[in-house]
Amino acid sequence: MPLSSRDNPSHFSTAANYCFRDGQESAAVPGRLHEEVPGYLDEQFNQLEDLQDEANPNFVEEVVTLFYSDSARFIHNIEQAMINKPNIDYGKLDDYMHQFKGSSSRCIKTFRQLKLEHATLKRKLETYFQLVKQAGIAERR
Amino acid sequence: MATHINGSWELGAKMTALVVDDDSINQTIHHRLLEQLGIENQVARNGKEAIDIHCSGKKFDLILMDRDMPIMNGIEATRKLRAMGIRSMIAGVSTRCVKQEIQEFMEAGLDDYQEKPLTSAKIISILHKIHHSGSISY
Repeated sequence: MPLSSRDNPSHFSTAANYCFRDGQESAAVPGRLHEEVPGYLDEQFNQLEDLQDEANPNFVEEVVTLFYSDSARFIHNIEQAMINKPNIDYGKLDDYMHQFKGSSSRCIKTFRQLKLEHATLKRKLETYFQLVKQAGIAERR
Repeated sequence: MATHINGSWELGAKMTALVVDDDSINQTIHHRLLEQLGIENQVARNGKEAIDIHCSGKKFDLILMDRDMPIMNGIEATRKLRAMGIRSMIAGVSTRCVKQEIQEFMEAGLDDYQEKPLTSAKIISILHKIHHSGSISY
């Protein structure tokens, strides 16, 4: 199923309007990450940005990249554990949930919605980091 | 010994810490949080690595111990460290919030417990406990 901002207009219309104006990428410097993707990241994400400095200029991007690498694996594990009916190993499922640090849900439909939004957020974060890099290049000129 | 001055930590002797966590994201973030506070630290991927590091002769002022890890979990690692005579401040960190699970972890020999996500404020509250205890002992 192809994903686009039309699939989740209520979540991403604000971020999309900032990043794209009339189909053109905005040259404006992005603000705080949790403000650019409202409803998905809370203010605790500011902590990550506060850990970034001249010695660690790509810290946030490194953490986000790690998150998507690990979480894709966790989501796959959770999905496999949940569809293994009738022999669902709830102990293992509990461990996977804790690994993923998300709320435990045994509803496969709800979990698939989470998976969809996970993929949409990833796309928006990739766009955000591209804009940050472009803004950095533009400032140096 | 760390001294709290005007809301920030001023370190006399350099503090050291060990991050024990199997999750690469937590390893990265906790390492950076401690680094930003001026605390020299290294990472162990599970309880067994933490034990091996101590057996090699290394000691730390602070150990951040995750609960759920493969090979050796935080409960077993904490018990073993205490049995080895390690008296460092050990703070358990976990996403678990059920009272009995926290109690089980505390009874293994923790000095403190913090629910993830770990923040600078939570680490500073742990450091306050080291400061107020008046000693750093191994």
